[in-house]
Amino acid sequence: MIIVSAGLFKDCGRCFKSSSIVGAGLGDTLAYHHTYKINQVSFSSSIPSSSYCRATLSITMEEAKQTFDVDKAAVLVKELRKAFTSGKTKSYEWRMSQLESISKMIDEKEKEIIEALHKDLSKPELEAFVSEISMTKSSCKLALKELKHWMMPKKVETSMATYPSSAEIVSEPLGVVLVISTWNFPFLLSLDPVIGAIAAGNAVVLKPSEIAPATSSLLSRLLVEYADESAIRVVEGAVVETSALLEQKWDKIFFTGGARVGHIVMTAAAKHLTPVTLELGGKCPVLVDSNVDLQVTARRIVAGKWACNNGQACIGVDYIITTKDFATKLIGALRSVLEECFGKDPMESKDRSRIVNSFHFMRLVNLLDEDKVSDKIVVGGQRDRSQLQIAPTILLDVPEDSLIMQEEIFGPLLPIMTVEKLEDAFDMINRKPKALAAYLFSDDEQIKRKFVQNVSAGGIAINDTILQLAVPTLPFGGVGESGMGSYHGKFSFDAFSHNKAVLYRSFAGESPTRYPPYTPGKQKQMKALISGDVFNIMLALLGWFKN
Amino acid sequence: MDKFMIDLETDLEVMRECCRSGKTKEASWRRSQLKGLQTFLKENEVEILRALREDLGKHYVEAFRDEVGLIKKSLNLALKDLQKWMSSREAKLPMIALLSHAELVPEPLGLVLVISPWNFPLALSLEPLLGAIAAGNAVVLKPSEMAPACSSLLFNTLPNYLDNETIKVIEGGPAVGEQLLLKKWDKIFFTGSARVGRIVMSAAAKHLTPVTLELGGKCPAVLDSLSWSWDKEVAVNRIIGAKYGSCAGQACISVDYLLVEKAFSSAVVELMKVLIKKMYRDNPLESQSVGRIVNKHHFLRLKNLLTDKMVKDSIVYGGSMDEDSLFIEPTILVDPPRDSTIMTEEIFGPLLPIITLDKIEDSIDFINARPKPLAIYAFTKNEAFRRRMVSQTSSGAVVFNDAIIQYAADTIPFGGIGESGIGNYHGKFSFDTFSHYKAVVRRSFLTDFWFRFPPWNNYKLELFETAYNYDYFGMLLVILGLKRSRRRFDVR
Repeated sequence: MIIVSAGLFKDCGRCFKSSSIVGAGLGDTLAYHHTYKINQVSFSSSIPSSSYCRATLSITMEEAKQTFDVDKAAVLVKELRKAFTSGKTKSYEWRMSQLESISKMIDEKEKEIIEALHKDLSKPELEAFVSEISMTKSSCKLALKELKHWMMPKKVETSMATYPSSAEIVSEPLGVVLVISTWNFPFLLSLDPVIGAIAAGNAVVLKPSEIAPATSSLLSRLLVEYADESAIRVVEGAVVETSALLEQKWDKIFFTGGARVGHIVMTAAAKHLTPVTLELGGKCPVLVDSNVDLQVTARRIVAGKWACNNGQACIGVDYIITTKDFATKLIGALRSVLEECFGKDPMESKDRSRIVNSFHFMRLVNLLDEDKVSDKIVVGGQRDRSQLQIAPTILLDVPEDSLIMQEEIFGPLLPIMTVEKLEDAFDMINRKPKALAAYLFSDDEQIKRKFVQNVSAGGIAINDTILQLAVPTLPFGGVGESGMGSYHGKFSFDAFSHNKAVLYRSFAGESPTRYPPYTPGKQKQMKALISGDVFNIMLALLGWFKN
Repeated sequence: MDKFMIDLETDLEVMRECCRSGKTKEASWRRSQLKGLQTFLKENEVEILRALREDLGKHYVEAFRDEVGLIKKSLNLALKDLQKWMSSREAKLPMIALLSHAELVPEPLGLVLVISPWNFPLALSLEPLLGAIAAGNAVVLKPSEMAPACSSLLFNTLPNYLDNETIKVIEGGPAVGEQLLLKKWDKIFFTGSARVGRIVMSAAAKHLTPVTLELGGKCPAVLDSLSWSWDKEVAVNRIIGAKYGSCAGQACISVDYLLVEKAFSSAVVELMKVLIKKMYRDNPLESQSVGRIVNKHHFLRLKNLLTDKMVKDSIVYGGSMDEDSLFIEPTILVDPPRDSTIMTEEIFGPLLPIITLDKIEDSIDFINARPKPLAIYAFTKNEAFRRRMVSQTSSGAVVFNDAIIQYAADTIPFGGIGESGIGNYHGKFSFDTFSHYKAVVRRSFLTDFWFRFPPWNNYKLELFETAYNYDYFGMLLVILGLKRSRRRFDVR
């Protein structure tokens, strides 16, 4: 019997259709490998000539290992390193041309991108346009506009201790970098870091998520078409491929995903002393004061939860904390906004993404069905396994030790916790690991100040949700459990650059103080020099210091 | 050890609680701790200089120049600029974000661990410590056990000047280090070798702790064939100073080897001999101006570097050693085999191999064929060569016409790349290394684009597009119904 691995069947619509993707993220499953069993040796000739499988098939007698393995990964890195060493990725022209090409790609392939996102997540087209296509395009445009400016060495002042000298900080590319992206915003979170890596002049390998297969294969196809293949590559796949990639020596690894895989990535990076940026998640709290504009608050929470990939976003709203007496009002307002947005029967609405796959669907159902939780549902709760849909669901006062309050929810469930006084909420937030984002709705300046001062999170938005993500002048990234390093705008460029210190000295300005034989007089001079005390330096040079 | 671990955990829990209480965030706390460090240096200067002589045979002028003085300078800067560093920075917003306000707020990371090495046992302990304090963190400092006098001075005396609830010194060797690495930190700052750096980063990965790794590498000096004798003399003086004058070459930024053109090499060697004599006199062992090798292990390691016959034969100056006083004479080698250990490993001692090249431009390829060093020193007046050196090589820093002094410059980041490290510090960069820059956006309840919320339609799509293009006029037209949506999606 001969088994042909179907990693080869790229561009093969037939094969694609038959794939049933049940993935749970790296490490949970090996999705996306379909094996075809054929009982004939003369396989290639048995394929109908009309076959739209373009890939050459190689047949092995054992279990086929046509997957991307360590050896292939090594070859890939070697090729890219060659391209990088040639210096071509460093040039301003190369970076600009690649960014322009990507920008063109987004314009020309908009429809295909939206289709892929619909296939993977049933993402509403407008959401796909706003949160993925537009964001990626803005990021590309900004890089195109600012690149010259970003690349310029930064002159800095020098101090007395190194006088006379001049100094600058030069941004140089790190080398060959790996970007591992995720499935919830599979287009944006793949290309946004890649844009940063290119802008900074690196050679890049992108590993999109196998859990959003349509976007993954689209990216792999489009980048071949639009980008310089000698320095920008896409490797599709799951655990095996990723492990093979992680074995290699990279000059930077940029990872977006869960904390568990984050550990694995960083451990692998440590072997080669590779710096990492980890964009993880966490439970992002929303604190709601009772003095707020109820209607606006409810809308902005809905926008940051269900209108944002149906809650499957790392900066999406995870849970709400509010005061006991205000909770009912807030729930009422949320209910009416939900109806406004998604109609009377939200299960029918096409304006919400679906749950990505049945693994995650079951995970969310389990959160809802936990004993002490299931009776706390106040809005929603309906589910449809065949459609992978769960209605917008609000739960009131679930126990703090329940799963739903321990894990990142990453779905359309929203627990509301109540406290006696708003101040008690700070404790509840700070007891949990640091989140990627924390939100506050309040009209009270003092509470706002306290919130900014006492709540540690990657970013904070006051009186809104998610918005901080769209501000290119702000770094986007986590702290503690929610990640390390940041990107967006100039910060993306910095994430993929090394700031090299360059110090220029002339042969003038030589001082014998520096060299042995050492004398007490020299120490005096040095003391004066280091304290920047001009008068004392003069005294020391004139020899007026007593020992 | 179990008792140690239990006590440690209790201590750390107290420290974490102090962080949570906000005590270390206060500007007054940071200021008082920095002042405490100042007083520590002032009142214990003699003891410090003595400890440095005991551990490493550093002359007190060298010890002041490289350690006490530098830290004083850094403390002055931190105290002067603290307010500025701590204040939040406003971020520009596009016009579409009407009635919004964005800023970057630096906040401390929490509880951090600083592991320092033995070669500059005071400076490399206190420089990161003062950065961590300035940024408002609780700190555990573990100085190196291989510089025992300094370690015990830091352990016994430093706490008298600092808040002991939030700043701790823990003494010990690798076993203690391992125990410390098991704990959850909010940052680990490590100075030392690449080998231990890997261990530190792997341990950090378990808790997703960010690291700064200050490692080393073979820092090359490139000496162009300078024509003026003054330039030549200054350049060679600076190279000698950077090789033998800072802890006897046991410094991560010390010159490791020297690249010169073949035709120029004999002149360089002759000049070096003269200038070494001038600095260290006829008998450098007695001059007290060359530091000692830190211990027998490293002494033997250096001695072994010279045992290979081919290497031994390449010695043109020096080479004498005294095992009892752990002294190695300033030594020059010309063209030892390029695959010998002395040319493949970081030397970390007073041995200087000179590698001759046909053209000085070949130095770029020579450097690029090896792991990225912490610093490259190039002595040249050739402007084009300088530009190539900056753009075609990669290293933590490039310094022209001098060596080592970049350590004292506060305005440029100090840190490596690749094998020479991750992250950087010094001056404001130290503050940044121990801070998280929190993005904060504020909005009012007043403005909201109604098109932000579902149900979605093409009209809203058009509005989003114009808004993302910052096309305010276009938006107005769409709102007034004067511009038609050109978009017709029909995905389903």
